Amino acid sequence: MHDAAAQPAVHHHSPPQGFIKKYVFSLDHKVIGLQYYGLALAAVFIGMVLSWLMRLHLGWNNLAIPGLQHLSANGAPGGVMTPEYYLSLMTMHGTIMVFFVLTNAPFAGFGNYFLPIQVGAEDMAFPRFNMMSFWTTFVAFLVLMAAFFVSDGPPISGWTSYATLSSIGKDAGPGEAMGQNLWAVSIALFCIGQLLGSLNFIATTLDLRTKGMTLARMPLSTWAWFITACIGLLAFADLLPACILLILDRTAGTSFFTPAGLVVSDNLQPHSGGSPLLWQHLFWFFGHPEVYIAIVPGFGIISHILPAFTRKPLLGGMRVMIGCMIAIGFLSYMVWGHHMFVSGMNPFSAILFSVPTLIITIPATVATLMWLGSIYGANLRMTSASLFCLGFISVFISGGISGFFLAQPAIDTYLHATYFVVAHFHFVMAVAAIFGIFAGTYFWMPKMIGRMMNETLGKLHFWLTFIGVYCIFMPMHYLGLAGNVRRYAAFTDDYLVRLIPVHQFITIAALLTGAAQLIFLFNLAHARWWGPIAPDNPWEATSLEWSTTSPPPFDNFGGRHLVVHQGPYEYSVEGAAADYVMQTSPDLIKKS
Amino acid sequence: MSTTTFTSAESAASLGAKARLGPHLISAQKGIPAQTGIWVAVSAIAMSFAALTSALVVREGSGSDWQRFALPRILYLDTLIILASSYTLELSRKSFAAAFALARQPSDSAESGPARSEFTAARSSGLHWLYVTQALGLLFVAGQVLAWRSLAAHGLFLATSPSSSFFYLLTAMHGLHLLGGVLGLLYVGYRLRANARNAHVSLGTAAVYWHFVDLLWVYLLMVIAIRM
Repeated sequence: MHDAAAQPAVHHHSPPQGFIKKYVFSLDHKVIGLQYYGLALAAVFIGMVLSWLMRLHLGWNNLAIPGLQHLSANGAPGGVMTPEYYLSLMTMHGTIMVFFVLTNAPFAGFGNYFLPIQVGAEDMAFPRFNMMSFWTTFVAFLVLMAAFFVSDGPPISGWTSYATLSSIGKDAGPGEAMGQNLWAVSIALFCIGQLLGSLNFIATTLDLRTKGMTLARMPLSTWAWFITACIGLLAFADLLPACILLILDRTAGTSFFTPAGLVVSDNLQPHSGGSPLLWQHLFWFFGHPEVYIAIVPGFGIISHILPAFTRKPLLGGMRVMIGCMIAIGFLSYMVWGHHMFVSGMNPFSAILFSVPTLIITIPATVATLMWLGSIYGANLRMTSASLFCLGFISVFISGGISGFFLAQPAIDTYLHATYFVVAHFHFVMAVAAIFGIFAGTYFWMPKMIGRMMNETLGKLHFWLTFIGVYCIFMPMHYLGLAGNVRRYAAFTDDYLVRLIPVHQFITIAALLTGAAQLIFLFNLAHARWWGPIAPDNPWEATSLEWSTTSPPPFDNFGGRHLVVHQGPYEYSVEGAAADYVMQTSPDLIKKS
Repeated sequence: MSTTTFTSAESAASLGAKARLGPHLISAQKGIPAQTGIWVAVSAIAMSFAALTSALVVREGSGSDWQRFALPRILYLDTLIILASSYTLELSRKSFAAAFALARQPSDSAESGPARSEFTAARSSGLHWLYVTQALGLLFVAGQVLAWRSLAAHGLFLATSPSSSFFYLLTAMHGLHLLGGVLGLLYVGYRLRANARNAHVSLGTAAVYWHFVDLLWVYLLMVIAIRM
């Protein structure tokens, strides 16, 4: 017991034997990271197919989609989806993508795999919680998927599940009986999984850093995961009770969200005095930070990867980038009301939410300028990973600029709930985060699977995806400005009918861009089994994950305790043998 | 957030260990994950109850159906019980701190008769206070159930009024967290009896959580008393 305090307090576990302990109920953070990544990969393809179905319906309203009637006989009789089923698919698309892809892959997936390695730890602080975190998330995913197979189908209330649509049960429409219950339970479980994960990330970062790994020497990706964990800890701790209140309203007859005298489907709802706005407040107090839970890991991944390909540290220094991410995380809790400008909230409070929203653009712009300035004049090594970094910056700027407009209540009153908003958040949150995931995948997959991915296929994948997402989401700005409302299953008004060709163009672009992802899947599968063996440090990068084998051994460093002497981005160092200095190198660096 | 909240006994132990093991391991260990982790968990739980409190305030103002009711008297007795449980937990920690201090003395005197029996006495007194703490915790939950029955006897059920909805919800969620604390103390007691490595850290960690749940109840009682 005497030397207890000096020992790393992780549970020392020896390499497990047997398939179940090794790959299924594994305590190893690397396996758990891959499990999260795999779950996100499965989820993203389901979500993408759902978006195809929606896009097909928007382009060609009476199109019978072969086989769709087998998914839901009531929702798509003869393969033509009903308006309600369109909403069901939209709800599932949003929920799957936001929770099970954009949160799972960049944060829980890469974070689990690389955070302990980048700080020089053997594992996460609480490996058992880590395993529970993944399996809770997995069960949450199954519960959500079950909504496809209950009699009235998935809920129709969108990923935001606004009350009262979500709070009154089957009178509100198909999917609002069992489907919405499953949604609420799934999200509550998801919250628990993420809380356990965030707990692990924070404790590991604070307590398990190896010798010499000061906070200032942590890579920016680790900083980003740490900050994201802090954001997530509070955000999911807010959504969890909100889901409990929703479940009580739906099943126990309470009236938290449902007002009195509400008549839906000719039935007077047996509720009194509830506040639909309360759900929006609780939801968006989680929902806006959630946007940054999706994108801040992308900030970290891009800031971590770019220096390896520009061969120089980030312009402005990593402390500024850390400051930007902390400022974004902090401000994310002050802006939730900008989602509610037209909700009937007091108009004066709109200004109160608008100002911090515009202030967030300052750290976001500083970060963007740092990336751009780092590329300027650099002898950039063109790889799939660095291309996706450039793509990230591009779509983040494109999506960020529309944010300036939406942040202003007067303009938002017109643009709210139009395709302009759809374009905005898909660029700045969805596509940017996905590009961050792709950049991370091409950069780290050699470390994770021990095999190199094919660069030619990777670049082809990038260009098709990059052009594709612009073809999909750029026209949506014009649709929104023309007054095209979102969440409509069909466009029958005169001014909307004229926009249908634009929708058809978007649909074709979406189908082609989606198909281009098969190149990525093929590349990944091919690399896993037949790719060339990856060297330990293929990109000549400096952080600790490149100081170990590809893939790393069970305890990450083969029994060695690494000692860190350098910052994480010592590239183009004068007088060094190579043009970079590893974090573990004891050489003295002359600072100019 | 404090990452190294050692009690004096623990810090003495760790400082001694660090002096012997040299500088390499000192910096390999920044803090104790369990202690960091419990503060992180406490922040998340506090956030959840803050969200519920704001929901309560908004909901009270949104409709005219907020029924005020007299709080069951047993809540005040329950408050005394849970406050007492925090006190008994501190008594237990004090006994264990004394036992650990005895165990740390040079081995020849620790194995001699009087010191050995002193150690055993301190340890068993610590375990006793730990059991008393758990019993008080369970008594508190029983008292909360009586409070629910008293409300139900007055016709106030979960869906009767938003005030009763929040009353049942807040007390139930707090009660669940407290039962989690009882389970945690059971585990800590098992580790202490088995002389497990870091058992004293587990006890300190569990104490942070237990006192937090105690304070949380005092806070909730204030919210309930003011609003209901």
